[in-house]
Order: sequence, then C-alpha cells, then structure tokens
Amino acid sequence: MKYAILVYETADDFAAREDQDRMQAYWAAYSAYADALSKSGFGAGQGAGLLPPHAATTVRVRGGARQVVDGPFADTKEQLGGFFIIDAPDLDAAIAWAEKCPSVGSGSVEIRPLMTM
Amino acid sequence: MAGARDGAALAERVARESYGRLLAALAARTRDVAAAEDALAEAFAAALRAWPASGAPDNPEAWLFAAAKRKLIDFARRAHTASQAQDALAIAAEELDEEMRADALPDRRLGLLFACAHPAVDEGARTALMLQTILGLSAERIAAAFLVEPAAMSQRLVRAKKRIRDAGVPFDVPDPSVWPERLQAVLEAIYAAYTEGWSDALGADSHRRGLSEEAVWLARVLAAHTPDEPETLGLLALFLHLEARRPARRDAEGRYVALDQQDVGLWRDEMIAEAERTLFAAAKLQRAGRFQLEAAIQSAHARRRFDGVTDWNAICLLYAALVDLCASPAARLNQCAALARRDGAQAGLDLLCDYADAHPELGSYQPFWALRADLCARLDRRAEARAAYDQAMARERDPAVVVFLQKKRDALS
Repeated sequence: MKYAILVYETADDFAAREDQDRMQAYWAAYSAYADALSKSGFGAGQGAGLLPPHAATTVRVRGGARQVVDGPFADTKEQLGGFFIIDAPDLDAAIAWAEKCPSVGSGSVEIRPLMTM
Repeated sequence: MAGARDGAALAERVARESYGRLLAALAARTRDVAAAEDALAEAFAAALRAWPASGAPDNPEAWLFAAAKRKLIDFARRAHTASQAQDALAIAAEELDEEMRADALPDRRLGLLFACAHPAVDEGARTALMLQTILGLSAERIAAAFLVEPAAMSQRLVRAKKRIRDAGVPFDVPDPSVWPERLQAVLEAIYAAYTEGWSDALGADSHRRGLSEEAVWLARVLAAHTPDEPETLGLLALFLHLEARRPARRDAEGRYVALDQQDVGLWRDEMIAEAERTLFAAAKLQRAGRFQLEAAIQSAHARRRFDGVTDWNAICLLYAALVDLCASPAARLNQCAALARRDGAQAGLDLLCDYADAHPELGSYQPFWALRADLCARLDRRAEARAAYDQAMARERDPAVVVFLQKKRDALS
C-alpha cells in the first residue's frame, strides 16, 4: 500500500530551517531520513518539502466569485511542511516510518493511504 | 428428507464452528472485513440451498471457503473496482488457493483479533468488532452485552471495518513489544465471548452453545503465543475454574444450579488442577491484573471441593481489589453478593444501593435486579423483592433463567 507521510511542523521547526545555529541539524535530519527511506526500499521516490505557511495562499470560489486569502487553509499551531510517499506492506510498517520522521518530536506526522486509481 | 435435514444441520454446525476461521482467512489478505462477512453469508446461504439437495461435500469448510472467495471476486467486479485493486484481489485469490491446497486452513483468528485491537481502530469498537468477526455475534447481541443501543453499535462496527480496510491495518500477531497496548482488548473480547456462552444456562441456544468452548480454545492459543503475559494465563485459569464446574451447573432436568447449591463431587478435579497450575505460573510473573484477580476468586471458591469451606473473607477482599482495578457492573454486583455472604444481607444491600445511586446505568442490567430481589427476600422485604424480580425478568432473554426467577418470585407470595 502507498501512504503519504504528511510532515506537520511547528513555527519553531520552520524557523529552524533558516536559523544559522540550527539549520544544519535540521536539514541533516531530513536528508538522513530521506536516505534511509530510499535505501530501505520503502521509499516510493516521491515527496516534497514545502515553503513555510507565510508563502501560502488559499483560494476559494463562492457563488461564482473568487476569494484569494493570504496564509494557509487553517490557522493551527502545526502546519504542513512537506510529505513523503512510501510503499509499505501495512499500517504498522507506515507507523514505524512515521515514528522516525524528524518532525515527530516537536510537531507530528499524519499517515494517509493514497487512493488507488 | 433425512438428507435435507442433515445438509441443513451440517451447514449450521459448520457455520457455528468455522465462522471465525473462514472469516479470518478471507479477510487476512483483502483486509476488507465487511466484504468478507457478506461473501461468507452468501456462501452459507448457497450451502443451505445446495447441500440438502446434492449432499454435503467431503470438506464442508473448503467448499464454503471456495464459494465465499468467488463471491469476493464477484463483489469487486460489480463494484467496478479500479484495475490496481483488481490486481491485488487476483493475487489475494491466488494466495488463498494456495492455502486451500494446504492440508488445513491455517488459523488466522489470532491475527484478526489483533487487527481488531489495533490502536488505529476506535477504542470503543475494538472488543465488539472481535466478537462479531471471530464469533459471528450479531450487532444486537453485542449491543445487549455492552449495554448500548443496537443502532449505535452497528454504526460503530461499520466505521471500524471501513477504517481497517482503508488504513491498511495488518492482520498478524504483532511483535511482543506492542502486546501491552493491544492484548487487553483481545483478552476482553475473549472474556466477553466466554460470558455470552456461559450465561446460556440451559445450553439451548445453538448459536450460543460452543461460544464458551471457542473462548477457552482462543485463550489456550493466546497463552501459547504469549507465555510471559500473566493476564493471558489469568484468563485461561479463570475459564478452567469455571469449566471445571460445568457438570454441576444444571440438575438432571437441565435447570440452573447456583454456585453455592452445586454438588462439588461433580466438579472436574483435573481442570481445577490445571487452573491452579496456570494461575500459579501467572503469579510468578509478578504483574497482577483483572483476570488474575477473577481467577483467584474462583480459586477461592474451588477450595470448597477439598475441605467443604468457602473463605468469604478472602473472596470479599479479592472483589474489593477487583472493583478498584476495573469497576465493571459485574464486579460491583459480585462484590455486594460476597459481602452479603460475609456480613449479612443488609450489608450487601447497603453497598448495592450505594452503587445504584452512583451508577444509575446498573438499573438496565438484569443481574442488578436479581441480586436486589434476592437480598430483599432474605431481609423479608417481600414487596420490594417481588418488584425487583419483575424488573429482572423484564430484562432477561433466556427463558430458562426467566423460569428460575419466576419460581423465586412465586415463593414469596
């Protein structure tokens, strides 16, 4: 089964990306995670990091009129920071990979099965 | 005609004995419990049509399995399942065929139990889901056992099955590291199954008959898989103590005999001995728990077999510990009954009234009214006792128990 590992990060996690003192550790952790995934054979070779929520734009069409708002869909403490697609035999295997994702210690990880088309 | 009757009787027997095994094997690969249930129901319906006419197949279980598997593939086609899902199903079907060629259908029931107990499944649905999938109990029966509305229970079960399928919950006996978080739900389901079978005092209900044996069997298998889990051993010890008394639970006319009226000469010594050995092995692991306490209470009762004495003081202390640990309605009621034996009916009734004030839901529970009636009768509060017997009878499904309650009520007027 294919699962999306949705990486949710706190404002502080996003800040770490550009903080001189912390950025190295931050990126090293994600690059080690991505490496481990691809070496394990569970990585489906897909995924992306997302720029922080300050760069987000939310669009709606209501009654035929377009509404464009700055910022993410919902203003919550944790925001989507990126995702990995993995190919795992079952939910337990997916949970085991989610548990290794760097964001679990501060933010969280949501696991969603991909629709089969 | 005899053939028709035999065919139908055989279908019913296989349905009872093999339901959980067949469902677990069908659902293990597709993870679609609801579809497996539907397919199995249709396979049983087909068996009821075919077997009386053409005779029963040599291997009824294999026949049912093959029929259900074809139904599963039909369902997928009818649902216009996208190509990838169809491929998955084709692979699953091939693997299922391989299992069929093996001498016996491997038993995947434990895997199914652990899938139902997965933390990704709604906690309130786990035990109920196990009862339905492993033992084929209806949502109504499960709702009655859990004191909830049948419609709410059905909805919970449907949602849980959808989640198991869509989230990809595995159907395996998991790594020992996760037993602590899942084992409790599995043990509770097996316990609830046993209780369902045990409460059928007359053994007249063919669907319920066999539930207790099934539960004992599952406890044995689980104990073999998890030998270092004291609660699994405790559950098995509890069952063995209760099973040891089965021959004494009914009189020659099949009427229910209460524990303190039983002829201890009919109790099965070898089962009592096995129960004691199992409980001792659990105690050595030094992690107390609910099922070990329940087994210890039955162990205290078992002593009567050897010296004719019941240690009500020990039983009261064990029930108090049990209520502290898990305040189930049954534990509270049994604590009141034991207290009544040690300190008199008034003490038992006082505690019962305290509990009823604090937990009004006890009022929907038949044993609450039966105990209240009995304690009032012993205190010669006849009108209250009669009213309580009426309430108990109104909540009892088993005709044999209704007769038992009616007799006690009649004796009061």
